[in-house]
Formats: sequence, structure tokens, C-alpha cells
Amino acid sequence: MKGEALNSTGNNTTTRYGFSGFLASTYRTSSGWRLFPFLVAALVLIPVGTVISSFFAPASDIWQHLVETTLASLLINTFWLVLGVASGTVLLGVSLAWFTAVCEFPGRKFFSWALLLPLAIPAYVTAFVALGLFDYIGPVQTALRAWLGPDLFWFPNVRGRLGVIIVMILAFYPYVYLLARNAFLTQGRRSLEVAQSLGFNRTQGFFRLALPMARPWIAGGVMLALMETLADFGTVAVFNYDTFTTAIYKAWFGMFSLTAASQLASLLIVIVFVMMVVEQQFRSRMRYAETRQSARVNRIPLAGWRAWLLAGFASGTLFFAFLLPIAQLSIWTASVFTQDFDERYLQFLWHSLLLSAFAALLTCSVALLVVYAARRHPDWATRAAVRIATIGYALPGAVLAVGIFIPVAWLDNWLSEIALQLFNIETGLLIQGTLFTMLIAYMTRFLAVSHSPIDSAMQRITSSIDEAAMGLGLNGWAMLQRVHLPILKGGIFTAATLVFVDVMKEMPITLMTRPFGWDTLAVRIFEMTSEGAWEQAALPAVVLVLAGLLPIILFVRQTEK
Amino acid sequence: MNALLELKNIQHAYGKQVVVNDLSLTLKKGEIGCLLGPSGCGKTTVLRCIAGFEPISAGEILLNGVVVSNANSCFPPEQRHIGMVFQDYALFPHLTVAANIDFGLHRMPKIERASRVAELLQTVGLVDASSRYPHELSGGQQQRVALARALAPRPDLLLLDEPFSNLDVSLRERLSLEIRDILKSQNATAILVTHDQDEAFAIADEIGVMHHGEIQQWDTAYNLYHKPANRFVANFIGQGVFLLGRMLDSHHVEIELGVLAGDIPHECTADCHLCREGYPVDVLIRPDDIVHDDASSIQATVVHKAFRGADILYTLRLPRGGTALSLVPSHHNHAIGEKIGIRLEADHVVAFRQPET
Repeated sequence: MKGEALNSTGNNTTTRYGFSGFLASTYRTSSGWRLFPFLVAALVLIPVGTVISSFFAPASDIWQHLVETTLASLLINTFWLVLGVASGTVLLGVSLAWFTAVCEFPGRKFFSWALLLPLAIPAYVTAFVALGLFDYIGPVQTALRAWLGPDLFWFPNVRGRLGVIIVMILAFYPYVYLLARNAFLTQGRRSLEVAQSLGFNRTQGFFRLALPMARPWIAGGVMLALMETLADFGTVAVFNYDTFTTAIYKAWFGMFSLTAASQLASLLIVIVFVMMVVEQQFRSRMRYAETRQSARVNRIPLAGWRAWLLAGFASGTLFFAFLLPIAQLSIWTASVFTQDFDERYLQFLWHSLLLSAFAALLTCSVALLVVYAARRHPDWATRAAVRIATIGYALPGAVLAVGIFIPVAWLDNWLSEIALQLFNIETGLLIQGTLFTMLIAYMTRFLAVSHSPIDSAMQRITSSIDEAAMGLGLNGWAMLQRVHLPILKGGIFTAATLVFVDVMKEMPITLMTRPFGWDTLAVRIFEMTSEGAWEQAALPAVVLVLAGLLPIILFVRQTEK
Repeated sequence: MNALLELKNIQHAYGKQVVVNDLSLTLKKGEIGCLLGPSGCGKTTVLRCIAGFEPISAGEILLNGVVVSNANSCFPPEQRHIGMVFQDYALFPHLTVAANIDFGLHRMPKIERASRVAELLQTVGLVDASSRYPHELSGGQQQRVALARALAPRPDLLLLDEPFSNLDVSLRERLSLEIRDILKSQNATAILVTHDQDEAFAIADEIGVMHHGEIQQWDTAYNLYHKPANRFVANFIGQGVFLLGRMLDSHHVEIELGVLAGDIPHECTADCHLCREGYPVDVLIRPDDIVHDDASSIQATVVHKAFRGADILYTLRLPRGGTALSLVPSHHNHAIGEKIGIRLEADHVVAFRQPET
């Protein structure tokens, strides 16, 4: 399917020029190929529509029960989580970004990329490591008790709200750090100089100029962090901190009410959309012109205690967000490896790899087709369709699982009924409980991830490149092979890696829609952590962290040369 | 002597690489100076040293007679009362034009601020654009906002870093004259940095030609063109070629086109004893020093021609093989390969000792 579609692109390219060719290509492309982005957009809209429409479904007893008992605490929990993670990631991310972008201190070069490393560890892994370390029976409190006596009343309750928030801040601050740093690198030093030339000192310059100018980037980073927060299932599950995602899971697999799960999902979707609107407001209140990267500017050299304070701050962050979890995971893994590692693990690993590979292949193919279609037809309708198609990243996995499962179940019933009536065959369930549901859900959620690198690679193939190639006698396959693919290769590779790793770490969709027996590493972690078996959870987690390092290394090598 | 700005033998180095070396200059109040030079000659670094963004490793910078930079200390930029127009303008994208101009007026009372902003909008001709955002303006308009923003707090000295490099050529000339008028109307003292001599000539009162981190000549545009202090200035400013000449006596030199009279060689001191008869020198011949004359006995072959509207710039091969440029009114249209009569018409001489090889 992929090759065929690509081939038709090549043909279109040749026929596009010249009036008759233009007509022919319009005619040909209107027959399906052109509709592809709309099809994918529909695939995103179906689960959203399903979930939202369930909100208006008649209230069941279970729903009534949920409203009376847990809804208020879900909302309160979500509110504090969002507020805490937002302020924490801003404080940590923006300050680290500023210092590494604009100041010079010992280890600055190292920290500027190393501070991205925590992205390699799934938040739920950091979560169970934190619990294992700092909980009442964990090594830290045990050691303290041995030293200070049994009464540790002052030690904060790790299992509480603060614990979840801190873990998520440590896991998600790199998003804010990354975007804010970009902004500061391109305009931070320069805006300080402008401020100084107008009579402000550096501190005033930071707060009055650099910070407001970087606001759209910071808002973008916080938005990413909050999307992850709202979508998170594993972390809150480890902490037993009820939010919508865990409530959806419990409604579906605990109370066996798909409707109630869907109704909860509809509320979560509303929250996500409200936040997207707020962020858009933040961005569009003022238009920001692109500022070009100014020529090499010197960093502010810091010396003495300030420099060491900064180095300490950066290494402290790195220690708690990355080194400590890694060290603890290694220790646990070493302690259980000999007795726990067996054939089951090979199977978990195999399932994880297989699913990730399939999902990466599917998602990248779809992204490639969408990008090609959008290139052929750069009209507003296609653009809108592409935007919708890539919005899935904002939809929490738990919501997507429910939103896709319901129509699939409905389709399944419909098909088997037809089969029964027309052919008198008992088909059973055709689609439910197959990999199909799961892959569609992955594709919907991670299309944006693969779309953006492929799209930006495609931006480099300008129409004059096509024309130059045609002028040199290339067209169709030859153009695709010798011009387009070599240019797109890097982007496709990046996209595939990102999706591969994201799917591997993905928990809620995998957990809720996997066919029977399809346990993966992430599922194993969920099962072990729900029993508090931290050591056993460490073994699969190590594999995920190693995989998670891949895209970080890729990214760092691309940007920090 | 009331110098507003004085650089005394300043040096700036990035590590071991000396970017600015032993550079001195003086600027009086109300003057517009210019540092002109090819890219990488250190001119922007000088500007940044004056602004206080870069430290200096030797020498002194004085503003209003007060030392603001020396090898040991560097006054922070915000306390120097210097305005700066950046190469990329660095306008604040999140603020309107009026708010951009207002930004630096934080020390002024509210009422004065509004009237100062209004005055500057008037001066730069952007009254109608006051509530627009930078990205809605053309390049020339953005440039004027940057100028107005820098002028607003009435800085003692204004620094302009390649202010026209982002504009297209047709706009540059008009805008540079306009900006000179604005600066003069505000009685501003300013230093401009550019690699474009037309800009420098249009705006500045005095120009320093820079090369390898040193000022080669600090002079008026007229003198830079007609009395270049050394070979680099002669090459860098205007067009021209060097022709081999032979000294006749200390005031006359003979080249293949005839005999020129003047102080020769230009770079020599009065008691230079090298200028004996027959001493070889290089003589700078500008395109306007050679005129077309059909009656002349000297015939040169046309090698290239560049049509420029009013004139044609001919590249000519002289009878003895030398090359010269000649600016000829464009109705004298000759084909390449054709021989035309030329005559030397120069009232002064620029000659340099031949480089020692």
C-alpha cells in the first residue's frame, strides 16, 4: 500500500506541470489519495466524538455512584496536580534554561545536554523508584531511623500529593527546559543587551524583557508537560493518587462499565481542551515575530560562589531526576536478576519490540502519506485535516483506549450480526481483542510525534528542487528514489525511533486494549508495582530506560554539536 | 578640547587572538563618526567595547572625560548612558511601536514619557504606526523604530551597528540621508559601523577605515578618497588601479600616460631621502583621472565595459600592457577590442612606495 501510494505521488509530480497535466492530476488525486488526511482526521475524531457523546448518555447507577463518591476528589486531585506540575516545571525548567543558555559556569556544556536525560526515564519508573527509596520501609527512612531513633515525624509523607507532584516535575521539567532554552539561546543575551543599552540592569532585563519575550516558548513547554501529566496513568497508579486516568481504568476493569469509563473520559477531554484553549490565548494575545539567531554572543561569565551554586543546582537536579533512579534500578535489577529473569521476560521483550515496531511502521507510513497529500494540496481544508489528525497527542491514552474500543465493539457486533443473518455463520468477535485496535490507538496517539520530523524534512524539498530534478530528466520513481527519499530519510528515521520508544513506554492503551496474553514490559511494570514489588519492576524498567535513551542521544547529537 | 568620547590605545582580545589593537579615536559632541571596514576587521567589537558589552584588555575608554573602561574595570552598560541600534534591530516583538520607544524611558515622569514618545514618532515619521507591532512593519520602518527607541532616553552617545545591512540597496541610500537628518536634528553624537562606504559617506562627518583591528586612517570622506594614507585605504575606498611610476624629482612622477605633479610619495615624510630621481613608485589612478579624448595620441584597447547609465566604466589595456579604468560619458559607446584615445587628467598624485617583496 505504501509503495503504491508513493508511486502515485511520483506520477502526479510529473503530470502536475502544464495545464492538461494539472487537470489530469486534479482528477486523479480527487479519487481517494487527496482524501487521505481527511480519513486520518476522521480516525481521530471518532474516539473524541464517541467519548464526548457518552457524556449525554443516560446516567447509570455506576455513574451516579461515581459522581457521589469520587468525582469531587478526582477534580481536586487533578487541579492540584496540574497546578503543582505547571509551577514546578516552570521554576525548574526556566531557571536551568536561562543559566545554561546565557551564563558560563563549571560544567555548563555538559549540563546543557545532560539535563535532558531525565526524559529517558518514564515518569512511572521514577515514581516507583522514589517510593521504593523514600517510603517508610525504604532504605532512606530505615537508615534515618537507625541513626536518629524511631520517631521520624518530620519526614514528609512520600505517598501524598507532594510526592506525585515532585516526581512529575522531575520527569517533565525537560520539556520546559528544552523550549525555554531554545528561546533564550536565540534571543536571551541579545535582549539583555538591548535592556542594558536602555538603562536596565541584568536582573531587570531578565524579568522585563527576556522572560516576557520567551513566554510563548515557556507556555509551549508547560503545555507539553501538562499534556503528559493529564495523560499519565502509571505514575498516579503507583502512588494510588486517583485521577481521571486511573478512574477510567477502574470503571472499566473494576466495575466493568465501559459507559462510566467513557463518561469519565469525556470530562478529561474537556479539561484537556480547556487547557489547549488557554495556551492558545497565551500565544495569540500577541503575535511574535521570528527573531533570527543573532551572531555568536558571549555568555555572562560567573565566578566564585555563584558559579559553584549554579553547578550545584544543575547537578542536584540531574542527580534526583536521573542518576539516583538509574542507580537504584541497577541495584534492584542486580539483586533479582538471577532468580527473576527467565523465558517470560524474553516474551515481554518480544511483545514490546514487536508492538513498537509495528506501530512505528504504521504511524510513519501514515504520516508520510499525510505529509505528501498536504504537499500536493496545500489548501486550508487539508491543513485543517492535518491539524486534527495530529491532535491525538493531546488525547490521554486512557481516553483513546475507551474511545476506540467502543466503536470497535459496536462494529464487531454489527459484523457478526450481519454474518449471522446473511450467511448464518457464527463469527464471534472479529476485531475486538486483536492487535488492530491497539495499533489504531497507538497510531492516533503518536501520529503527531512522527508527523513533525517527517514534515520538517519535507519542507526542505522545495518545489524548485522538484523542478530542478525534472529539468535533469528525473521523474516518478527515479525522483522519489534519488531526490525525495535521501532527503526524507533522516526525518523518517527520527520519526520511527520516537514512535518506537514512545510505544514501548506507553502504558494505558497497552494495558486496556491488549489482546489476551500480550503482556509487555510496561504491563509487567504495572503489575509488579501494583503489588509493591519494586525490585521485580526494576528489571523491565531498565530495558525501557535504555530504549528511552535512544531518542535523547539522537536529539542531542543533532542539536548540540 | 571637549571630546565626548575618547578611545586611548584600546586593545581587545578573545583569548590569544587580538581583535582590536592599539586603537585610538576622539569624537566631539554632535559629531557623527563611522568605523568602516571589511567584515571581520573588528569594527563591531570596538562598538561593543564602547557600549560596555565587551571588556578591553589595554587602554582606556573615556565618556565625557570619565574613564568607563580600562584593563581592570568595566562600567556596566546600563550606567553609560549610551544608546544602541542593533544590526537586527532587536525590536521587542511583543510590544507595539509606541511601547518599544517608551521602553527605555523608565526614569522619566509619566507625562514627559508620552510627549517624548509622540515627539520621536513624529521625528521618524511613524505617527500612524504607533499602535502596530514590529512584524507588521517594513524593514525600513523597523529600522526607524529601532533608531527612535535608542534615541528616546536622550543618550549621550548613539551606537549604530551595521544599521542598513538588512535593507535592500535602493532603500539604503535614501534612509541613510534621512537618518543623518534625524541624528543632526536631535543633536546626537553617534558612531556608525558599516562595511559599505556609500553609507559611511552619506551619514558620517568623519570616518575611520579599519583593517586587522587597527584604524588605518581617520578622516573625512573627501580625504579618504583623494588622500588615502596607505595602500589598504587606497584599495578599499573607491575604484582605481596602481600603475608603475618613476620619480622625476620630489614633486613629479612619470607614468606611461604622462607626468603627474604633487607631493610624492604621499606616505613619505618631507625629509625622505629615498625619493631620488628614477625611484620606482606605484601611482593610484582613479577612473575619473583618465578621460576619453579621440585626439589623444595614447591609444588603449577596451577589455571590459560596464554600462552605468550616465557613464560607461571601461577597463582598458594600455599600450605597454598596464591596465586602467576610465569613466566615460555613455554616449561614447565603444566595442570590446576597439582602440580609443585617452588622456591623463589628474590634479594631484597618490603614490606609494613599492611593497618590499
